[in-house]
Amino acid sequence: MTGRIHSFESFGTVDGPGIRFVVFLQGCPLRCQYCHNPDTWGAGGEEYTVDAVVERALRYKNYFGDKGGVTVTGGEPLLQIDFVTQLFTALKAKGIHTCVDTSGIAFQPDNANSVEKHEKLLQVADLFLLDIKHIDDEACKKLTGQSNAHTLAFAKFLSDHGKTMWIRQVLVPGITDGEESLQKTRAFIDSLNTVDRVEVLPYHTMGEVKYEKLGMEYPLKGVPTPTKERVQFAKKILTEGRP
Amino acid sequence: MMQYKGWEGFIPGKWCDDEVNVRDFIQRNYTPYDGDSTFLAPATEATKKLWDIVCDLTKKEIAAGGVLNADTKIVSTLTSHGAGYLDKDLEKIVGLQTDEPFKRSLQPFGGIRMSEGALNMYGYELDPQVKEIFTKYRKTHNEGVFDAYTPEMRAARSAHILTGLPDAYGRGRIIGDYRRVALYGVDYLIQKKEEDKLAINGDMTPEKVRNREELADQVKALKALKEMAAIYGCDISKPAETAQQAIQALYFGYLAAVKDQNGAAMSIGRNTTFLDIYIQRDLNKGLITEEQAQEFIDHFIMKLRIVKFMRTKEYNELFSGDPTWVTESIGGMGVDGRSLVTKTAFRVLHTLDNLGPAPEPNLTVLWSKRLPANFKKYCAEISIRTSSIQYESDELMSAEMGDDYAIACCVSCMKVGKDMQFFGARANLAKCLLYAINGGKDEIMKDKVTGKPMQVSPEFVPIYGDDALNYDEVCQKFENMMTWLADLYVNTLNLIHYMHDKYSYEALEMALHDTEVRRFFATGIAGLSCAADSLSAIKYAKVYPVRNEDGIVVDYKIEGEYPKYGNNDDRADEIAVWIVKTFMKKVKSHYTYRDSVPTTSILTITSNVVYGKKTGNTPDGRRGGTPLAPGANPMHGRDCNGALASLESVAKIPYEYSRDGISNTFSITPGSLGREDD
Repeated sequence: MTGRIHSFESFGTVDGPGIRFVVFLQGCPLRCQYCHNPDTWGAGGEEYTVDAVVERALRYKNYFGDKGGVTVTGGEPLLQIDFVTQLFTALKAKGIHTCVDTSGIAFQPDNANSVEKHEKLLQVADLFLLDIKHIDDEACKKLTGQSNAHTLAFAKFLSDHGKTMWIRQVLVPGITDGEESLQKTRAFIDSLNTVDRVEVLPYHTMGEVKYEKLGMEYPLKGVPTPTKERVQFAKKILTEGRP
Repeated sequence: MMQYKGWEGFIPGKWCDDEVNVRDFIQRNYTPYDGDSTFLAPATEATKKLWDIVCDLTKKEIAAGGVLNADTKIVSTLTSHGAGYLDKDLEKIVGLQTDEPFKRSLQPFGGIRMSEGALNMYGYELDPQVKEIFTKYRKTHNEGVFDAYTPEMRAARSAHILTGLPDAYGRGRIIGDYRRVALYGVDYLIQKKEEDKLAINGDMTPEKVRNREELADQVKALKALKEMAAIYGCDISKPAETAQQAIQALYFGYLAAVKDQNGAAMSIGRNTTFLDIYIQRDLNKGLITEEQAQEFIDHFIMKLRIVKFMRTKEYNELFSGDPTWVTESIGGMGVDGRSLVTKTAFRVLHTLDNLGPAPEPNLTVLWSKRLPANFKKYCAEISIRTSSIQYESDELMSAEMGDDYAIACCVSCMKVGKDMQFFGARANLAKCLLYAINGGKDEIMKDKVTGKPMQVSPEFVPIYGDDALNYDEVCQKFENMMTWLADLYVNTLNLIHYMHDKYSYEALEMALHDTEVRRFFATGIAGLSCAADSLSAIKYAKVYPVRNEDGIVVDYKIEGEYPKYGNNDDRADEIAVWIVKTFMKKVKSHYTYRDSVPTTSILTITSNVVYGKKTGNTPDGRRGGTPLAPGANPMHGRDCNGALASLESVAKIPYEYSRDGISNTFSITPGSLGREDD
């Protein structure tokens, strides 16, 4: 079994706990305006077998310590859910912590096949980083090109299955930092039982050069990064009083 | 046998039984500390005032273009200058290189041209009489070297395949055991050296004559050291009796070294555990408070911060600044499993708070995960606040060096007082590969007479034709060229160090070593990653030579992709390992001066820029004149699998073949280390 992979990062420190080997899978159906990896959207990448990826990851086992491990991200890694499940099965056999960074977009709650596949994945994935793009469906469509229904359904699915997740909210001034929508997001988070951490990720412009290189227009041209105060404000709403 | 007042209260042992053994003294008497940093005291008013004076002088120095004042007439010796102070009434630890702070001394024994050039650059004129003495009557190291250089050595030097050689400046890198001055007093040390001299008898071979002469010079230097201290009203003939005296005596030892030598790196050793014994004794007796203890340390460190040398702008360009490499090694684990961290390790790091961050002294923590948790936490805090601590692996070095070694310069370790080294700059292996392809003709330099490409090595058979380069053929030629280069390099260094010993012998620093000293022959490699990537390109892609009108290959056309060093990809990394091992084996096959132990380092931190300027286009696609990577770093931008992959590639370079150190310059933004404080 092979997966289409964009690249590897041997020293990941921001995608899950501890030091992590991060696998960037190629391909994503979303077109988030703030995406800093537009080069992972389309076709391309390189084919790797499960064994090849495991072999690479294991080179860094000594660095993982008690908390670290392997994170798959992208792109949208769960477009290649069979590959991820196989990869994680192999990694779990080696005692490695596994984590998926996903938008949940590939989850189809009404499709038995999709549900079954995701249930299988849950057996071998220790942690999910779930990115809620926008709690308001219309705003979400505008921001990403897709509805948020899959994401919210997936969050509930994880909660119902007792699977630990971290919720992530990218904070874009004027788009995702409104008080009302943050309050709504908070209410949604509070409806879940297995959220271990909520992360506010301030929007940054480091992706802009990639758009230039790819000859694409940068959708958020001129949008500033959020101020510290604004980030604190969002953190307060999303996390205050949570355990 | 506790015959000295200064030894009262110490646990006796081998150290005071008619020998010099600082390590034994430390092991029997130090108090490991695993508490936290809350005991530390802030800067005193006197410390603040003194530091203001230093800051003010620093501003003036910058405004004056880099040098505030320079001696043009008095040749620096241990006793050449009267006492100098920042503020005599406030200083707890005294002593300057000249009679005024920030006045740079005149040190012509390495080379009078370097001294004169440096003075001229900053608008000073060398005293004509000094110039006459050092050209007519007193030969310098530099003159000695150039008298003896072979034409081939000169050619390799001007083509920069050998580069940064210490042939016109002080070699440095020698660390005196300055603790001996405090523990034993100078009279005891003189007595020991005189006994050693008496023991050299029998057939007066050149070696014995030299050893006797050097010991005589060492004794003279020790006597001058006592005189130097007397200029400041201090008597260091007997062991230090208080903490203040101990710090002062140790500093005088170091000050004498920098008055004597303008070395490329003038490191100070490993002193915190030693000094802590004295501070603890005074604290226990109620003689001093923590405020006073910190004040002594602050004033000591302040003095180390203002060590300055007169150097040319080219020299500073090579080293990217005006570094003195006053490296102080801190912490580490003892062989008995106790940590060598004491309260004074904290006190020295605390100077970064009391005086603010500074690059010198180069505070280097010998890191082990077994160090006390509180100390590791404190180091992390200070690092985050000041970015002024260097860390090195104690586990890696102590396996061979024990627990009383120190770092010279940035990574080069030696047992304090037992090892010394002959600093050897570097051989440029990226350029060596180009020579292999061009049969030893330089890709840039022209012969002054014929105007044709300069033949630097003997004429080897070059690569002919315009076909894609054949890996096996290039490797064979490269290995042959390394054979030639290692031979030339080692012998150039043999010659340089012979002359340095003869004309600029470090008598004071060597007086603070055992007479039976182990010597290292410290060679170095530049351009490793460039050479490795070039060979990888030849092996895994197709590389076509591009020739100029003289038939010299001056550029390379690459078709296809190739694995690059720095991605934890064995295909490329193994080539780098092969280069290091092969070159080192060739170095080891030669006679090395004074039976020194050959080592090599891969640690150009800054000079890679200058070396790159003199290296043409390389088969990895690097453009001529652009920098090589520093140390053992991957080439800039070619490591694309993240930090650990890059570090793992570097970690494959075998330390046993590169015992003098491997460096990897690695910057990381705080955000890349995670989002939370823990």
